[in-house]
Amino acid sequence: MTKVRAHLRRTPVGVAIVAGFFVLGLIGPWIAPYDPLAIDLLHEYESPSWTHLLGTGDNGIDILSALLHGARLAAIVGIVVVGVSVVLGTLLGTWAGYAGRFADHIITGVADLVQAFPAIVLNIAVLALVARPGLVHLIVALAVNGWVLYARLARAETLSLREREFVEAARALGVPTHEVLRRHVIPNLLGPLVIQATTGLGVVILAESTLSFLGLGPGKAVSWGALLDQGTSVLLRFPHVALFSGGAIALTVLGFNLTGDWLRDRLDPRLR
Amino acid sequence: MVRMMSPGLLRYLVGRLVRALLTVIGLVTIVFLLVRLIPGDPVEAILGDQAGPEEKAELRRALNLDRPVGEQYLSFLGDMADGSMGTSFRRPDRSVWSMMRDVLPYTIVLALAALLVAWFVAIPLGAIAAANAGRGWDKVASTLAVAGLAIPNIWLGPLLILAFGVKLGWLPLPGDDLGGPKALILPAITIGTALAAVLTRQTRAAMIEVLAQQYIIAARARGVPRVPLLLRHALRNALLPVMTIGAAQLGALLSGTVVTEKIFERQGLGTLFLDAFFSRDIPVVQGCVLVIAVIYVAVNLAVDLAYGVVDPRVRLS
Repeated sequence: MTKVRAHLRRTPVGVAIVAGFFVLGLIGPWIAPYDPLAIDLLHEYESPSWTHLLGTGDNGIDILSALLHGARLAAIVGIVVVGVSVVLGTLLGTWAGYAGRFADHIITGVADLVQAFPAIVLNIAVLALVARPGLVHLIVALAVNGWVLYARLARAETLSLREREFVEAARALGVPTHEVLRRHVIPNLLGPLVIQATTGLGVVILAESTLSFLGLGPGKAVSWGALLDQGTSVLLRFPHVALFSGGAIALTVLGFNLTGDWLRDRLDPRLR
Repeated sequence: MVRMMSPGLLRYLVGRLVRALLTVIGLVTIVFLLVRLIPGDPVEAILGDQAGPEEKAELRRALNLDRPVGEQYLSFLGDMADGSMGTSFRRPDRSVWSMMRDVLPYTIVLALAALLVAWFVAIPLGAIAAANAGRGWDKVASTLAVAGLAIPNIWLGPLLILAFGVKLGWLPLPGDDLGGPKALILPAITIGTALAAVLTRQTRAAMIEVLAQQYIIAARARGVPRVPLLLRHALRNALLPVMTIGAAQLGALLSGTVVTEKIFERQGLGTLFLDAFFSRDIPVVQGCVLVIAVIYVAVNLAVDLAYGVVDPRVRLS
């Protein structure tokens, strides 16, 4: 017991926040005290009380319940977008770095162009082309520029790995290219990619909140950003809605940033 | 002027200009392809499900979507090149550029104000942190930087309104008075905070590097007092990279205006962009995306060129 406590005491704050976020994302909708869409017009915009711990919002919805459901949406969007971006980026980046020449020029060129657009502006432009943006569209829009960071990272690491002795040795022994990539190159990319993906999760969750805040999120889902948007429109009279929903977003982003820094210190041997 | 330039500098400037031009052509192409590549029918997105086939065919004609892709691309390039950037769907009497021109100044002023906020916060804070590296003030500055990076602008805006608009009553609330410089303060802080956090770290790192140089140690040995040493000898040399990195972020600041203009109910490019989104005015959406991206490229080009002129080492890389 003391051992567990000692271990917990050494757990960084960021990791604790991230763990809490994922646990709530998983079980949040089951422990939520109310249906987050239940309308209760008699109790609209009430301050926090024992019946509604974080108060109520638009149409009398329970803020705590809405935040717990929103955690699941944020977690799903974050995991799927980062997952797709990491896989796509790693494949393209490794290809560009290993094959060089033509493939490299094309992939690097497209990555440069995508990065010339501010991320949120490109996301909005993609969503504008869909009649009724839903969860899938949101994920696609975020992945359109999500892959670039991972592709750059994978390319840079592959370029240096390609010249290392163990990769040259494998090539000299006649190991086929796909086998060299699978057994010798990609496993060595994982460390830096995991660090990048951790910070990336925070970035994607913030982007989802921002798009929902602007009113471009998936229509029916309960989202932190949409809640913050409602809160902002009644800010002067009922500030608690914006305070709690924005606080949830800020705390989660902070958690992922701190965890990313912590992982970098632990995993990146160059920093030791 | 040209005669004064060395061949190396001239080659650098021309090469950089050509690359920027190619980038812009690439951006135009991507914005064009976006409409054609995203699965789903833009005509349906604009009109909704209820529209009849005739209505759809008419819009398709108006959008040039009934013509071959090559022809569409050429006419799109033509619209970009003649400066009109096409015609708005919702307001067929207006060219896209004329609609943007009306609101662009508000947005550029806001982005510049945000850049000033970032510089004014980051440079003193980073310098103080570096001068006291490892001690109390350094920790305060780095904590502020972490907080500044983590706080989302969609939350910071409402918080600032609550604190300075509602509780203290020092600054106008959204929609109060739109013209005055006072109304610019809170939106500029909302956009500039994240950049201020980044620049604080960079100022600190640059200052620490400069403070370890021989000439600083020599100046200290000669008995130059602490404050002039920090300001005149160290900060001046640490400043150039920080200023240019900040300026290169102007494009990123422009995208922050989309959110901030909504929070503070200001007019500008961001508001035009969002309105165009909700009314599915695709040419205006395309125009806004392109203008923001081209400003971003142009600012980076200007920073690179200035750097190339000032620092000969840059031309070689």
